[in-house]
Amino acid sequence: MTPAIEVRNVEKVFRQGTGMFSAPRFVRAVDGVSFSVPPGGCFGIVGESGCGKSTLARLILGLHPATGGDILVDGRKLSGMHRRERAKLIQPVFQDPFSSLNPRRTVADIVGMPLAAQGVGEAERTKRVNEMLARVGLTAEQGGRLPAQLSGGQRQRVAIARALVLRPRIVVCDEPTSALDVSVQAQILNLLAELRRDLGLTLVFISHNLAVVEHICDEVAVMYLGRVVERAETDDLFRRPAHPYTRALLASVLTPEPGLGIPDVGLGDSYPDPANVPPGCRFHPRCPVAQDSCRSVQQAARAVHGRSVECMLAESL
Amino acid sequence: MRFPSVRLLAAGLGTAIVAIVLVAGLLAPWITPYDPFITNLDARMIPPSFMEGGRPENFLGTDQLGRDYFSRLIYGARISMLIGIATVITSGLIGITLGVLGGFFGGRVDDVVMFAITCRLSIPLILVALAVVGLVGSSLTVVVLTLGLLLWDRFAVVARSTTMQVRNLDYVAAAWAAGCSQAHILLREVLPNIIHHLVIVATLEMALAILLEAALSFLGLGVPPPLPSWGLMIAEAKEYMFFSPWVIMVPGISLFVLVLGINFMGDGLRDMLGAQRDV
Repeated sequence: MTPAIEVRNVEKVFRQGTGMFSAPRFVRAVDGVSFSVPPGGCFGIVGESGCGKSTLARLILGLHPATGGDILVDGRKLSGMHRRERAKLIQPVFQDPFSSLNPRRTVADIVGMPLAAQGVGEAERTKRVNEMLARVGLTAEQGGRLPAQLSGGQRQRVAIARALVLRPRIVVCDEPTSALDVSVQAQILNLLAELRRDLGLTLVFISHNLAVVEHICDEVAVMYLGRVVERAETDDLFRRPAHPYTRALLASVLTPEPGLGIPDVGLGDSYPDPANVPPGCRFHPRCPVAQDSCRSVQQAARAVHGRSVECMLAESL
Repeated sequence: MRFPSVRLLAAGLGTAIVAIVLVAGLLAPWITPYDPFITNLDARMIPPSFMEGGRPENFLGTDQLGRDYFSRLIYGARISMLIGIATVITSGLIGITLGVLGGFFGGRVDDVVMFAITCRLSIPLILVALAVVGLVGSSLTVVVLTLGLLLWDRFAVVARSTTMQVRNLDYVAAAWAAGCSQAHILLREVLPNIIHHLVIVATLEMALAILLEAALSFLGLGVPPPLPSWGLMIAEAKEYMFFSPWVIMVPGISLFVLVLGINFMGDGLRDMLGAQRDV
């Protein structure tokens, strides 16, 4: 079966510091990422801030051109596709519903925007916008309001309605719940799960919230400094993490148990710098089990325990 | 609370002043008692009617050629408002277009826009006015064009920086992802979200243009006589100011009050539009 979306060896290099006399620095934000998602699947991407997951989302959406690699939807390349064509296949839901909705336009206008861009007429547009608003749990009356008059959860529903109004094949969710109150997060997640089931959506779900990913995704990729260091079925990954970074990430989840304090994950205090990627395995400066060979040899992705891992020590852990 | 109410009062007062001057300018031919160009050498330098030696026919007296001062003041309002509005429209169109394009596209386009802004800032306005008047002679059109083609720098700077902020927001990304055209994104997503900053720049520029027109006319580089510009009235009155101070005070105070009113109105607009954004 053709995957709904296939990402092949995608990379993005940003040029930084374009001063006249200083040499430009190159930041490799996404470095050879590959994965594919079957139709109707939900693929999670996790990682800490700055690991390139949001850049990857923007590449998939075609908001930035990729420096290398291909992105295919239903076997067709996204690059070079007309913007209207692409919009019908793939749509985003962004993190912050306070900045993802134009404050000067009404909800109905915002949700109808993708339809207007496709040249759908006024009457048809109103009908489909109202249908979609009802689908995400908003009333037609709320369609006349401005985003400022809605709560965070309602705004995120508007953003979801806008993403789904064209009935796209794929929705890329970039941390869709992390700007919301905990009580509202569950509602939005359930709404996404319900819509995915009913409309046969394929989701690419980007998050740093492991609990959310575990709840909603079938397969998960863990990103570190622009690379996918481990990719596995959700259950496998959470039950038996193979990469030391995945282990550290899972260990860093706070428990609701009082008195336990903040867990020590053994990563040290240093943060990774995407402009200055260490040689060898890029995780070695923070890895608790790093050996000498890790400092010089970059391990390619390989299959270990039925998953893809980029660590030469994966079997022994 | 006392503080906001004072601000509200100032904004209301400013708007009222601007509205009165605008209406007076528009209705000048119907509300002025006399033709502002007709001289009467028998009745020169008559003080305003509320002063000693004044007479009821000439509310604000007459000038050195016996022209009715009140009529000239009203016609002068017409010139001031015309200059202010025409300059803001011309310079606004130039500055906003350049600034939005530079801020939106960045890179080479932005380099060109920044270069244009820097060039503009290095041109002294009075010198240009002098050169232009020397070349083509002075007229109302020349003043409007000179000011309009030179006062766009602040529009460009503000439009550029606010566009840069807005273009990186997620709703612009969502519009790209929705397949909207570049023109749609510029006009429907970016422009409405920076326009409130530009309205405030417009009020500042309008006040500046009116003051500059007065200054240019005072120097003889602006509106040519016998057109009744406030700056020209001040210039003509300066020779009589020691014996008849009111000839310089009437247009001077009018200019001061109008510019103050425009600035008050701008402050009010800023408060109002800013508050609306953060509801």
